[in-house]
Amino acid sequence: MEPFTTLTGVAASLPQDDLDTDQILPTPWLRDPKADFAKGLFGYLRRPAAGKTESDFVLEQPPFRQTRILVCGSNFGCGSSREHAVWAIKAFGIRCLIASSFADVFRENCLRNGVLAIRLPSEAMEELHRAVQSTAGATPFVVNLEEKRIVYPDGHALAFDISDHERDALLLGLDDIGLTERHLKEIEQWETTSRTSLPFLQDFRIAPFNPSNKSSEQ
Amino acid sequence: MGSSLIDKIWAVHRVGQRGDGRDLIYIDRHVLHDLHAGHAFAGLQRNGRGVRRPDLTVSVPDHTIATRRAPGATGRSGSSFADSMRSGSAHFGITMLDIDDPRQGIVHVVSPELGIAIPGVTLGCPDSHASTVGAIGTLAFACGTSELEHVLATQVIAIHKPKLMLLRLDGMLKAGVTAKDVALHVIGQVGVAAGRGFAIEFAGSAVRAMDVDGRLALSNLTSEFGGRTSIIAPDDTTFQWCQGRECAPKGAAWDAAVSWWRTLTSDDDAAFDQRITIDCSELAPQMTWGTDPSQVAAINGHVPDPGTFEGKARNAADRALAYMDLQPGRPLEGLPIDRVFIGSCANSRISDLRAVAKFVDGRRVSPNVTAVVVPGSAAIKRMAEAEGIAKVLQDAGFQWHDSGCSMCAGVNGDIAKPGERCVSTTNRNFENRQGAGVRTHLASPLTAAAAALAGRIVDHRKAAE
Repeated sequence: MEPFTTLTGVAASLPQDDLDTDQILPTPWLRDPKADFAKGLFGYLRRPAAGKTESDFVLEQPPFRQTRILVCGSNFGCGSSREHAVWAIKAFGIRCLIASSFADVFRENCLRNGVLAIRLPSEAMEELHRAVQSTAGATPFVVNLEEKRIVYPDGHALAFDISDHERDALLLGLDDIGLTERHLKEIEQWETTSRTSLPFLQDFRIAPFNPSNKSSEQ
Repeated sequence: MGSSLIDKIWAVHRVGQRGDGRDLIYIDRHVLHDLHAGHAFAGLQRNGRGVRRPDLTVSVPDHTIATRRAPGATGRSGSSFADSMRSGSAHFGITMLDIDDPRQGIVHVVSPELGIAIPGVTLGCPDSHASTVGAIGTLAFACGTSELEHVLATQVIAIHKPKLMLLRLDGMLKAGVTAKDVALHVIGQVGVAAGRGFAIEFAGSAVRAMDVDGRLALSNLTSEFGGRTSIIAPDDTTFQWCQGRECAPKGAAWDAAVSWWRTLTSDDDAAFDQRITIDCSELAPQMTWGTDPSQVAAINGHVPDPGTFEGKARNAADRALAYMDLQPGRPLEGLPIDRVFIGSCANSRISDLRAVAKFVDGRRVSPNVTAVVVPGSAAIKRMAEAEGIAKVLQDAGFQWHDSGCSMCAGVNGDIAKPGERCVSTTNRNFENRQGAGVRTHLASPLTAAAAALAGRIVDHRKAAE
């Protein structure tokens, strides 16, 4: 996984609550295995409104086309567990999301893709949205994960909280599967023990389909 | 202090704890669908890893495959996603219930139907509706693609133990009120984020009285209030339903399993981080009016005035009414519709189809409505055809498709036209979910069937008379 250390870049404000993953990466881009996820990010929200030629959506405004930090509403990423939503965020160039809350699976997906998903209290979120909106993409914000700080263009800093384990995993770009593979012996031990204590947990068989043997159909 | 049902299953499956404080929970059954499988297989190969327990893993295509056969075709057509699932499954030695397998279907319908999901086991599935099988006492984990790859490689999930919520649903449901109505009402009461960070146990007399199909529909909508997993304590209703299914334990193993399953209830003094009780005895059939599943009202109710909401909820309601093209204060009943979709992991089971056929029997779908029924599995489709249900529906003017996710996710291209109003038995009414500009109203199969016949939204309890 690509490490996350310090990110300096344009911050954009998208305060709508409950933005679900169907909005983050809509189905037409999900459906096409060769789709450009960067184009699909907020694909429908980015379209011009009916009767207009230009889109009002924040990421379509010239200063925000280089957005690296997205400041969101609450419960961001609810709905489908599609990890493609995080891939789309990353493909666009956004590496940090800041919200008062994220949907559970969505945040897990972010962590495993090196996307920093910062949770802040609602009051701090309001302040941050205002600062991002007034900056209007003109000057960059800095997210320093090592020091757990968001630094505004004027030098003012906002502290954020993240568990040391999550921070280290992102800073070092740790391989999540590799962390678990260190526990292989315990996994094998569990399998051995449960074969005796609750045998049906491990005793699972499903017949392969044999097209020539239609009589086996239920 | 006693243990909750989730505590008990958690404790049995806890392999250990990782250095970062995450519990390693063994996954007994792992079911994959086509939207994620190919990506995860590619990830494994890229990193030189294998599938640790292909014997505990089953793959089934449902999201991307066609549910309509091309004219003159003898078989079903797949997709590039199904193709990568097929090659990966063959490479790693995973049994795949392919599009021509008589056991194919929507993963959350097939898992309990085949006894892949049974009480007390843990199940991983790369889908937010994994919690569906919680209805039979399976502890299921919804996950993304990376976590799917993790489970394939290690057979455990690395997860912080969630907080526990006891959601009691009490009261006897009135005639014509279904588990789907209960689920929608619950989401309307608690909101779309109430379950975030929680594992939820559904309990209460209304849940106990539901049949297994009803419980599956209820558990299915857990994700719609933010829960990653939910469970219902297994009981005799569950055991009878599970017995004899292809992958369920047999003989002495079955008896041993049932004795353990009978211990899988929450102790009276079990600790929960939150308890919510909702009375369902006065409930009417429910329908969503907005663009998230908490924006719901009784079928004989009205579209609310956004002015009655505060702050951001008001903005959300304003936005929803604009998208849904609805006027505040108008009754839901009488609203003309263009399309009806009966299907999905929420409501596509045989009891849903039986109820719809009984309601429809001898009547016709409105000429203004395109109505589609997509059974949840190939087995349910055959059963419905054998029982004459398919004929009743087709005679009435419903399209009768092969099983798959179809218009729920819209990933296979089964979508409605821009601006169409669709009554749908699915679980998500998000903007553009069923096609660009499509206006989705979530409801039970009976409500959807009544709308199909009338060409407008009606209270099926009146329409049946």
